[in-house]
Amino acid sequence: MKPSRAGWLFAAPALIAIAVFFVVPVVAALVMSATDFDIYALASLHNLRFVGLDNYVDLLQRPLFWRALLNTLFFVVVGVPLSIAVSLGTALLLHSRLARFKGFFRTALFSPVVTTLAAVAVVWIFLLHTRYGMLNYALSWLGVHPVDWLGDPRWAMPAIVLLSVWKNFGYNMIILLAGLQAIPGELYEAAQLDGAGPGATFRHVTVPALAPMLLMVSILTTAGHFQLFAEPYVMTQGGPAERTVTVLYLMYQDGFKWWSLGSASAVAFVLFVFMLGTSLLQARMVRGAGWSS
Amino acid sequence: MGREGEVATQLLRAFERENPGLRVRVEQLPWSAAHEKLLTAFAGDATPDVAQMGNTWLPELVALDALEPLDARVRASRQVDLADYDPGILDTNTIDGCQYGVPWYVDTRLLFYRRDLLAQAGHDAPPRDWDEWVRMLAAVKQRVGRDRYALILPLNEYEPMVALWLQQGEPLLRDGGRRGNFRSQGFARTLRFYLSMYERHLAPPIAQTEIANLWNEFARGYFTFYISGPWQLGEFRRRLPSELQSSWMTAPLPGPTGPGASIAGGSSFAIFRRSPRKAEAWKLVEFLSRPEVQQQFYRLTGDLPARRSAWADTNLAQDPQARAFRDQLDRVRAVPKVPEWERIATELRLVMEKVVRGELPAAGVAEELDARADRILEKRRWMLDRRAQG
Amino acid sequence: MVVLKRPFASLAVNLALALTALVTLFPLAWMVSASLMAPGEASTYPPPLVPRAPTLANYRLLLAEHGLLRQVANSLVISLLATGLSLAFNLTAGYAFAKLRFAGRERVFRLVLGGLIVPAQVAMLPLFLMLKEMGLVNSYAGALVPWLASVFGIYLVRQYALAIPDEMLEAARIDGAGEVRIFVSVVLPTLKPIIVTLAVLTFLGAWNDFMWPLIVLTDHDVQTLPVALAALSREHVQDAELMMAGAVVTVLPVLLLFLALQRYYVRGLLVGSVKG
Repeated sequence: MKPSRAGWLFAAPALIAIAVFFVVPVVAALVMSATDFDIYALASLHNLRFVGLDNYVDLLQRPLFWRALLNTLFFVVVGVPLSIAVSLGTALLLHSRLARFKGFFRTALFSPVVTTLAAVAVVWIFLLHTRYGMLNYALSWLGVHPVDWLGDPRWAMPAIVLLSVWKNFGYNMIILLAGLQAIPGELYEAAQLDGAGPGATFRHVTVPALAPMLLMVSILTTAGHFQLFAEPYVMTQGGPAERTVTVLYLMYQDGFKWWSLGSASAVAFVLFVFMLGTSLLQARMVRGAGWSS
Repeated sequence: MGREGEVATQLLRAFERENPGLRVRVEQLPWSAAHEKLLTAFAGDATPDVAQMGNTWLPELVALDALEPLDARVRASRQVDLADYDPGILDTNTIDGCQYGVPWYVDTRLLFYRRDLLAQAGHDAPPRDWDEWVRMLAAVKQRVGRDRYALILPLNEYEPMVALWLQQGEPLLRDGGRRGNFRSQGFARTLRFYLSMYERHLAPPIAQTEIANLWNEFARGYFTFYISGPWQLGEFRRRLPSELQSSWMTAPLPGPTGPGASIAGGSSFAIFRRSPRKAEAWKLVEFLSRPEVQQQFYRLTGDLPARRSAWADTNLAQDPQARAFRDQLDRVRAVPKVPEWERIATELRLVMEKVVRGELPAAGVAEELDARADRILEKRRWMLDRRAQG
Repeated sequence: MVVLKRPFASLAVNLALALTALVTLFPLAWMVSASLMAPGEASTYPPPLVPRAPTLANYRLLLAEHGLLRQVANSLVISLLATGLSLAFNLTAGYAFAKLRFAGRERVFRLVLGGLIVPAQVAMLPLFLMLKEMGLVNSYAGALVPWLASVFGIYLVRQYALAIPDEMLEAARIDGAGEVRIFVSVVLPTLKPIIVTLAVLTFLGAWNDFMWPLIVLTDHDVQTLPVALAALSREHVQDAELMMAGAVVTVLPVLLLFLALQRYYVRGLLVGSVKG
């Protein structure tokens, strides 16, 4: 067998799988978003109509869509910086020469990452319980009145942010830690000789050296945050007062509760556009700040 | 679904004994997911032979042409006697003139209340009409003060409001289910009445998830009246402290001018068109519709039998708290039998929640709801027009 | 970084780490603790930290009455099959893109990488309809479809395969070995570490997956643990102890797998982020 034929044969299964089970559905979703595919169409394709951009226009006129977008953006804008800050902070702590039991701490801090999201969401339902939850109990020692985390429209999404930060900070922590470990020691020695204190060292040595990695972490974390679904589905079912309906939750509901698959596909593409847009925006912002090396 | 699914296996053993060679595989689903799952099963060509389904789901599956019309089988049957069922309930199973379901158990909404707290407020009997009800609610509220309420109307439920609207006696959708009827006088009256509960602080503006434990709150008098269904009979008996068991009672829903109507709910059996075993499935339906089996089911679950004759000879006949249900079931009405109804009801709930929380003004609610309903029904209009033409 | 003796700083750093670790581990510890409490014990005030008399009653209830054992089996089988299939598809493809010359190889690979920007959920709705036509809804096969080949998996394998010396492969070819023989006897042993990494990542990913199994597995009998647990939590919203037992059953296997094979998992994380 010639190597070139072998090449195609070896790659073929994966390529075919990707083509059939990914590319084709994505294209189909685009087509479907231009139709009014719904439960009637499910029964018989004769009931299908081509509607062009109507699904998208309708979306823009639905208050729930804007609410979902707002909720998702809140989660992204608050959750991503918070998550990365905690990741960076813990990475710095772990990187410090003064830290002991690094192996244990690293494993401990990383453990929530591998846990099943649906399961820990169930655990947090009870931790966030107004009366019997540990969070409110701990807060009561600080004199804070019990907060109805999952029932108060103001606090439901922040509660999910909290859960998300807890669950995911370990992931970026490991990545940033590796980045910190890759910074050449000479840079720090030079800063020391220049008389720089820890703050200045951080700003002028650490951050620029980490910048490419921070950008990548930021883009990936933002993308992940846009895909918020399991927590609202398990914990709040989109409530209270639709404050935890996210774009993906809306897609799921439109698609599999109301069977408006055409409209749901439009939602999926809108999500895609947003994700792509924010990634490009982030890349441009960093390039503009002159950090890319 | 739910508890019924858990119990069904016991009932079915007797069926299997009577019909050697037939085995019944029961699949249990939690209620919250059941509706989605039935539709997904249909979409995935994985429907069962027979299913329990909420009466309000029948129109959807009929629109999908998923269900088998049962008129012929019912007429030929010696076990299923239509006269033994409440007309309002049977109506929910009849779509476009054909019968698609046989009622299994019935459900409706009526008042659960603390009669001791009501007596302390100066009233010894439950209200019979809206005016009386408001007077009683105000009296209770005056007694319990600022931090407690007379009634609870959770913002995550649309059933109480729909029940009150059904009492107006007009259709909830007009033009053969093609358009919303929110701009009607009946809805305006219902809206006024419903909103006044919150405006006068008779009911707290919260969703049920914001109450830590409903039964604890009922026990401590956080609210005196609650609109709920038959399953609460068992829950109240199980979860309320024993000293409170004689302090609560049920009563039919008061209507605008006298005892009012309520929602015709419950579950029915439907047979799927694609089933290769329809005759056997029908035998199962007949078996579960026998009065004795209905009574046994009641004893196991507390669900109210659909067959009126099954009410005799059981605790139901003597149960004072169940009596209100018997009475209410004579005055139940079906919600619109269109597949889109649940979605429209959900929009109603969403808008009402916004209004109560102060995020939307009450003026213009009717127009907004009609606009949303009309948009949801657009496809149905198109399909009905097309069918009329071709 | 040059370090002077700084006892306060040292205490501060380690205290910060310890507190963070405590807060991080607490929910998981409470999950285990509550699962061993008597029904209703967790819903008392003040909420207890440890059970008064630890009991396995919740586990018995869960596995016997609620039959969660079935879902444990489903999760196990699906995760194992996903791992096997993913390895088969991704190892061959990754190696091909790294070492086997064929026309258009680089272009196709860049195209494949481009798929990373499209969120997987866009494909889910039509994929569901496609599987419905194929009769695969509610089957293990339906749940496995997304795991057959992954862009990330191919990328991962390719990164490592690039490091295989060409001379080794050439030598084997000169010796007359066929491409498949070379792959099995030369390449795979060299790729052993990445095989473990990919296996761990896939198993964890498949076990923890939520949205797709939620969509494609509607029958209780074939559901995976996360989906079954979510459904159970809707019905048993008051029963903390039972739900915690369910959470433990779901989380413990992956946690243990991770602890055993940490090194490989972390390596998989870092491959895309750190150069070389």
